Amino acid sequence: MRRRRGGISMTDAQASAKPSISPLYDPRVRAFVYQAALLLVLGFLVYEAVVNASMNMRARGIPTDFSFWNRVSGFDVNQTLIDYSAVSTYGKAFWVGLLNTLLVGAIGVVLTTFVGFAVGIARLSPNFVVAKLATFYVEILRNTPLLLQLLFWYNAVLKPLPNPRDSISLGAGIFVNNRGLILPDPQWGPGADWVMWSLVIGCGLALVFRAVARKRQADTGQILPVGLVSLLLIVGLPLIVFFAMGRPLGFEIPVLRGFNFAGGVRVLPEFVALLLGLVLYTAAFIAEIVRAGILSVSKGQTEAAYALGLTHGQTLKLVVIPQAMRVIIPPLTNQYLNLIKNSSLAVFIGYPDLVQVFAGTVLNQTGAAVQVIAITMAVYLVISLVTSFFMNIYNRRKALVER
Amino acid sequence: MTDETVSFHPAYLRGEAALAQPAPITTSGPVAWVRTRLRSGWLSGILSLLFILLLVWVIPDLFRFFFLDAVWSAPDGSACRAPGTGACWAFIERKIDFFRYGSYPSEAHWRVDLVLIIGAVLAARLLWPAGRKGMAGLLAFLLGVPLLMFLLIPGPAAVMREPATELTIFAIGVGLAALLEATALSTGLVSLLFFAVYPIFVVTLLHGSVTLGLSIIDTNLWGGIFVSLLVATIGIVVSLPAGVLLALGRRSRLPFVRLFSVVFIEFVRGVPLITVLFMANTMLPLFVPEQLTPDRLLRPLIGVAVFASAYMAEEIRGGLQAISKGQYEGAMALGLGYGKMMRLVVLPQALTLVIPGIVNIFIGLFKDTTLVAIVGVFDFLRTVDTARVDPAWSGPTISATGYAFAALFYFVFCFGMSRYSLMMERRLSAGRRH
Repeated sequence: MRRRRGGISMTDAQASAKPSISPLYDPRVRAFVYQAALLLVLGFLVYEAVVNASMNMRARGIPTDFSFWNRVSGFDVNQTLIDYSAVSTYGKAFWVGLLNTLLVGAIGVVLTTFVGFAVGIARLSPNFVVAKLATFYVEILRNTPLLLQLLFWYNAVLKPLPNPRDSISLGAGIFVNNRGLILPDPQWGPGADWVMWSLVIGCGLALVFRAVARKRQADTGQILPVGLVSLLLIVGLPLIVFFAMGRPLGFEIPVLRGFNFAGGVRVLPEFVALLLGLVLYTAAFIAEIVRAGILSVSKGQTEAAYALGLTHGQTLKLVVIPQAMRVIIPPLTNQYLNLIKNSSLAVFIGYPDLVQVFAGTVLNQTGAAVQVIAITMAVYLVISLVTSFFMNIYNRRKALVER
Repeated sequence: MTDETVSFHPAYLRGEAALAQPAPITTSGPVAWVRTRLRSGWLSGILSLLFILLLVWVIPDLFRFFFLDAVWSAPDGSACRAPGTGACWAFIERKIDFFRYGSYPSEAHWRVDLVLIIGAVLAARLLWPAGRKGMAGLLAFLLGVPLLMFLLIPGPAAVMREPATELTIFAIGVGLAALLEATALSTGLVSLLFFAVYPIFVVTLLHGSVTLGLSIIDTNLWGGIFVSLLVATIGIVVSLPAGVLLALGRRSRLPFVRLFSVVFIEFVRGVPLITVLFMANTMLPLFVPEQLTPDRLLRPLIGVAVFASAYMAEEIRGGLQAISKGQYEGAMALGLGYGKMMRLVVLPQALTLVIPGIVNIFIGLFKDTTLVAIVGVFDFLRTVDTARVDPAWSGPTISATGYAFAALFYFVFCFGMSRYSLMMERRLSAGRRH
């Protein structure tokens, strides 16, 4: 009873600005006290942590600075995108790990998008067998841990493959064995840079043509075949140059020499297992997102588009997909981020990603736990924050404008 | 007049009728034919045929591998090494106690069973609040839940081995369910039991206590399914209250409280669980005085709890945002303060609304418990992966058998929970429709 009366008099006091109430019930005083308490507790915890950490680290002889960054690492990494060897620095090992993470992330994101969209659309197929198989895929993959799937691909599928001498040949110079996937190495001959340049020019011309076509449609209503012309410019032009230059591309076919293959490009089994696991697992989630997105576009939209005389293709392209994408894109980005974060599971099967190389080997060798973990977390955090920043911009542009 | 208009706007009006255009190529001609016959009929037909062929090709092989050619019972791996044999279920049968309890001493297995059965009854009471209507629902709660838990964890073999102990535990489970039912405790009180009393009980019983005459069992020996369940449960038990606080903090008007919540949530959600576990494992012992160094199992538990809290906070924030402003205003008009408004009006509605989301977080958490293996905890998957390389059982099909068993376990668990979450979603939306 007392408290309630206090509450009423408080609002009275606010209304007439009469400071007659006890400061105990003043919301401003309370807000100040709460926040001061939170700051004090946090400050105390941080202070304690810093003091303890510096004491513990000195006692255990753990480095407290970043001087390890420029020291020689002394370990090898079996997949490097940049020049790296055992005499390189720890700093370089960090870049090797980061690039390997980004490599598996980039390829994984592209592949999982295709698989995910295909499965998601298949789940909505009127064909009973196709829809049921897609449902089966989604339920199995979503309801088992990713780590289990990675271990399965690595230990139960890729490890029991034959050794290099009994490699399985897939034709065209591609071999599969327990040391990985061996592909022919493409060798660019003279004149290959012309092909590259023609590709760039083709893309530029396609963009110009698109702008022209848009202007034309706005002015006259005529629709130009943008898709077809762009395809011709982007694919056709480099192809013509490629043949005109006398096909400046050769392949170095891998050959079995002794116990292993010489020549060609070797893709690590760890990489294949990680990619397979990440792509198939994430695709199951993307499929559900795509399905929900397509279902979110009401049937009236399709019917109205047909009533306006749009064809089936135009309805999909101009009415259904733009509206479905508005629902699909935000959770899709989350799944991309999940894929990149989940690539840290590489450490379990020994793929040299950021966590395995840097938070694993470098941490163990240098003992600089605080610095190494902080840098690793910062990398993932930057990737996440940058992605969500662009996501927010996209959302603001695509959000439904309510009038 | 009209002539003038025409001359001003030549583009809008035309004098003569437009020529009829040919029919769209999608309704007549070869393109339409391809579209109607091949794409909806033939292509779909070919796809069906292809997939059915695939199934006919794969299913008998799988059936043979897992059932017909499988080795069901054997003292060691020699029977499974014979060429042409399928799955080695004998391996699972022999190792099942290791999968369930890790290296926890077998004379103390009853402690784990007791902890699990009590947890199952309490959790079922919390998750199943409105479904126990009628005789069937009552029986399912009183007998079904304890029985299911019993078959899942100790298994029939344990009952054969120690009938007196195991049947007592089963009776305790049924008795607790009956007690909860008879006293009709409010959900709030049961929550208090589950979130506050139960964890203390778990730690005391599993770890042991000298004063109670229970031998101390080091966490090094803990492992298997019960550790997976323990990690996931602790994650939920900690993250639910922590998530509520963080969600309220993020929506608070106090700038520092909001800043802290936002930074915490976004930081944890931006990094992989593995790095959080690494941090808990290597950095936590540095941040506290030497004599307070957390236990080897406690460190990943803290990591998982921190990680789950951030995701839980976002889920609960969604629930809070879904509560209409009128509810807040109504509560304020009744003179309720912030605490009472949240506790009595807003949170009960918001939390009910996000039950499906919370269950989904639990599913994710349960799958993520497999990652604690990176800091040396023997969870279920780690026990399978360890048993797999036992030389006594080495064989070409052991890995596949072990992973298939693990997959089946996780699938049954996660799929069951996802069905539950769907059911709750339907029920909630039915309640909100009118």
